[in-house]
Amino acid sequence: MEILANIINGASLGSVYAIIALGYTMVYGIAKMLNFAHGDVIMVGAYVCFCAVSYLGLPALAGVLLSVVACTVLGIVVERLAYKPLRNAPSLNVLITAIGVSYFLQNAALLIMGSDPKSFSSIISLPALQLFDGKLTISATAVITILACVVIMVALTMFTGKTKMGKAMRACSEDRDAAQLMGINVNSTISMVFAIGSGLAAIAGVLMCSAYPTLMPTTGSMPGIKAFTAAVLGGIGSIPGAALGGILLGIIEILARAYISTQLADAVVFAVLIVMLLIRPAGLLGKPVNEKV
Amino acid sequence: MSSLTGKFNPVVSRRSVVAGLAGLGAAGIIAGCSNGDDAASEGSSSAGSASGATIKIGGIGPTTGAAAIYGNAVMNGAQIAVDEINAEGGDIQFELNFQDDENDAEKSVNAYNNLKDWGMQILVGTVTTTPCVAVSAETNADNMFQITPSGSSTDVIGGQPDAEGNISTPRKENVFQMCFTDPNQGAASAQYISEQGLATKIAVIYNNADTYSTGIYQSFMSEANTLGLEVVSETTFTDDSATDFSVQLNDAKNAGADLVFLPIYYTPISLILTQADQMGYAPKWFGVDGMDGLLTVEGFDTSLAEGCMLLTPFVATAEDEATQAFVETYKSDEYGKGETPNQFAADAYDCVYALRQAIETAGITADMDASSICDALVETFTSADFSFTGLTTAGEAATWSDTGEISKQPMGMVIQDGVYMPLDA
Amino acid sequence: MGIKVLSPQTRSTIITYAIVIVAFVAVTLLDGMGLISNSLSGQLVPICAYVSLAVSLNLVVGVSGELSLGHAGFMSVGAFTGVVVAGCLARMGIESELVLFVGAAVVGAIAAGIIGFLVGIPVMRLRGDYLAIVTLAFGEIIKNLLNNFYIGIDDAGLHFSMKDTASLGMNQGTILINGPKGAVGIDKISTFVLGIVLVLITVAVVLNLMHSRDGRAIMAVRDNRIAAESVGINVTKYRLMAFTVASALAGAAGVLYAMNYSTITPSQFDFNQSILILVYVVLGGMGNISGSIVSAAFLTVLPEILRPINQYRMLLYAIVLILVMVVPHTRIYQRVAETLRGRLRKAPADAAVAAEGGEGDE
Repeated sequence: MEILANIINGASLGSVYAIIALGYTMVYGIAKMLNFAHGDVIMVGAYVCFCAVSYLGLPALAGVLLSVVACTVLGIVVERLAYKPLRNAPSLNVLITAIGVSYFLQNAALLIMGSDPKSFSSIISLPALQLFDGKLTISATAVITILACVVIMVALTMFTGKTKMGKAMRACSEDRDAAQLMGINVNSTISMVFAIGSGLAAIAGVLMCSAYPTLMPTTGSMPGIKAFTAAVLGGIGSIPGAALGGILLGIIEILARAYISTQLADAVVFAVLIVMLLIRPAGLLGKPVNEKV
Repeated sequence: MSSLTGKFNPVVSRRSVVAGLAGLGAAGIIAGCSNGDDAASEGSSSAGSASGATIKIGGIGPTTGAAAIYGNAVMNGAQIAVDEINAEGGDIQFELNFQDDENDAEKSVNAYNNLKDWGMQILVGTVTTTPCVAVSAETNADNMFQITPSGSSTDVIGGQPDAEGNISTPRKENVFQMCFTDPNQGAASAQYISEQGLATKIAVIYNNADTYSTGIYQSFMSEANTLGLEVVSETTFTDDSATDFSVQLNDAKNAGADLVFLPIYYTPISLILTQADQMGYAPKWFGVDGMDGLLTVEGFDTSLAEGCMLLTPFVATAEDEATQAFVETYKSDEYGKGETPNQFAADAYDCVYALRQAIETAGITADMDASSICDALVETFTSADFSFTGLTTAGEAATWSDTGEISKQPMGMVIQDGVYMPLDA
Repeated sequence: MGIKVLSPQTRSTIITYAIVIVAFVAVTLLDGMGLISNSLSGQLVPICAYVSLAVSLNLVVGVSGELSLGHAGFMSVGAFTGVVVAGCLARMGIESELVLFVGAAVVGAIAAGIIGFLVGIPVMRLRGDYLAIVTLAFGEIIKNLLNNFYIGIDDAGLHFSMKDTASLGMNQGTILINGPKGAVGIDKISTFVLGIVLVLITVAVVLNLMHSRDGRAIMAVRDNRIAAESVGINVTKYRLMAFTVASALAGAAGVLYAMNYSTITPSQFDFNQSILILVYVVLGGMGNISGSIVSAAFLTVLPEILRPINQYRMLLYAIVLILVMVVPHTRIYQRVAETLRGRLRKAPADAAVAAEGGEGDE
């Protein structure tokens, strides 16, 4: 029973990583850049929701919507100002720019919201699930986080597989120049990807802060790194891979803490990651790329 | 395959970037040389108004980054004291210049050097422990008087043997603390729990990537062993994994702990309390001074903190006039902008007032150099008849020994109906 | 005019060494005249450490073409090993600071090199972003392990524990590494001269490697792995060589850094530190050693120059970072640069370069 509880807790934590990782992997797959500022967009999303609910007195759902809109706009603006001029620049330059954006968002949040932590009151006010005569308690937040993760993953897979825009994204991912020749507007496609990724980040931010209700300007950075790890673990660029990688990472983290050592849990998580990558160098669901001569 | 490691083919020649940078760098170094005197004064400094001769106090702490809350609290607390003293218009006027260190030892030493360029005569700081250890080595070498509001490790003052008699740093004679030392708090907590018979089985959750937390944990454990307290669960987290505490709480719950000792800061405590509530675990909670601030977290459901016990030198809800006035000033737009001061702010406030008292006693004037001020202050602080009463001394007179430690008693507090009440009452 | 007859490679080598030596001479002269502020003189050693780190990381990222996000991990291995070695040597009664430093730096470099080699063996099977994430993971593992290391020394010798200081079983000894508290009470023996010497050694090692047969093989692997393999270059060997050498140099820089502060903690050598070093390399230019030197020095000094604007300084630092990356790629900048280049075409080439570079200030 205890191990089941741990796995569910891990899956809940992992689902947060997974939703963030979905945004990472979308942006990476299409724009071919590691958007290290993604974690900080989560933080912005959570702050927007917090302000909407606490200061403006809006209902929770409106707060979530507002934060999705705000982050989508933020994502498009950042892409336009900071990343678009670098479309043909070496990708490490883009990486450093993303880090600059990350510093910028953190310090802007610090100046605007102050340094004291905010306690995020959960937007989910449903009672916890009691199973097996109360031996196993699953919080409603955990259930909703896991469900949200699965729904988002399925929706994204269908979107990229079936819709015209999604196909355009895949085309850009495969070969940007060829896509352009086929009449696809690469710039607007990439903007669209950033819009979707940032919107997802807002949802991830709200869900994360509902489950772990502390909000500070640096709240997004560590989950951002963990989600990056998850995306790579699942095979970066692969949408189901990001979801799987995120959930697995969460479960491994909790199990390592519970059964190996709380002190060395971080080391264990990363060691598992390394071993997995050595066995499957392109990630769990990533496609191995054959290099042509 | 990877876009990151493909061809590096910068559009603009590397040399142009380098040359541009060289130009910027050279300009910067020249600026760095010349901005010694004027630059710093544009910062958060505030000159004394009454007379031209002011004593320059430097402050260092994190005002950006993850630990910004502590640095900002100290900056505001010290600034209030300085402004009050200057407004009184006495002979002693202060000028405070507070510099950011991002809770990083390297940046902290940089900030210290910057303050030296400004002409700092006394240092109030640094706020966080690890930078404080690094800076205290510098002040010791320079013979600059340093009093830290919150650098609580014994390594800050040096010369303190641990439980086994091992010493890691020799005593730095110029460094004094306003806060309790970590071992002091750990031992006091264990004694308190034992004396009051609060628990039979104890769990500890601490941050094993944090100096403060580990320091208290170590001394708590050794004192608990001596007193025969039964510690059934010891679990840790790090700053990187301070989100999910289900494992730590389950471990404590399964071990049957009826009291959980939390030698950590209040941000993770708010998470722990929320998660324990969700899983239906309700032991007694016992914290140290880092727990203070919990009730002021915006949006935190204070009913979760009901019954939490903590040892702290300062409570913002205390009834006495001095505390009330301080809290009110702190909340004004000029300083904390609505935030409630925590013990860091109060300790910083006390530091400045203790300095004024010592300066008056020793007859120090603004034209003395840092080294002679230091000698005079060290003599005053360690003299038998010097004592100080402030916000954080529980209404009693605190004294300093030549080890640099302050002798004051922590107040045992319990949270009832969302406010602190004395534990003994 | 003499410099023009040299090959471009020799010329850039001379320029690289000249930058370091001129900077050293200039700083020493200014210091002698009392013109160096405390603020700057306190940063000289960290600048040297960061320059060494940037140059060594450039060997991995620029020359070998691998993205490494764990350079701070190797720095910390060197730093903590160095602290232990210096502690042991001091216990043995060695008082010469030079001997202490050299001993610590050499052993620290060897330790970091060994760890780099061990990490490199599995890592070098991976490529691209997967390599990046694994180096990141190793950096985090090293940090997490060091948080649980307790090392002390007494008359009976070295004691090691992964639990706490009490289980070291020491008797009136000195605790060298105290878990998350890190190392405290380090003797401050790093000096600017030692720093410059380390920078020169690092630059010499990296440049010599780059210009050697091995270096050409490393760059061939970077440019086209399959082509390199087909002409008989042992790909893994050369990638591993670059990685190990860079780790060892990072270890030595870590010792220099540690010996400049009386305390270091494992948590300060984190992911952000690795990123910071990577920023120096990218800003200075891939494979461009003199670029790394200048950008590391500049970006270390920049936050200090920005101190007067206080709480806005990290915000401005972020903006500068973005602008430096983005501006050279904007159309306006390129047009202005083009015009300037056209006007200055008759002027000597070097002047053109300087003017063009001057645009970067905007």
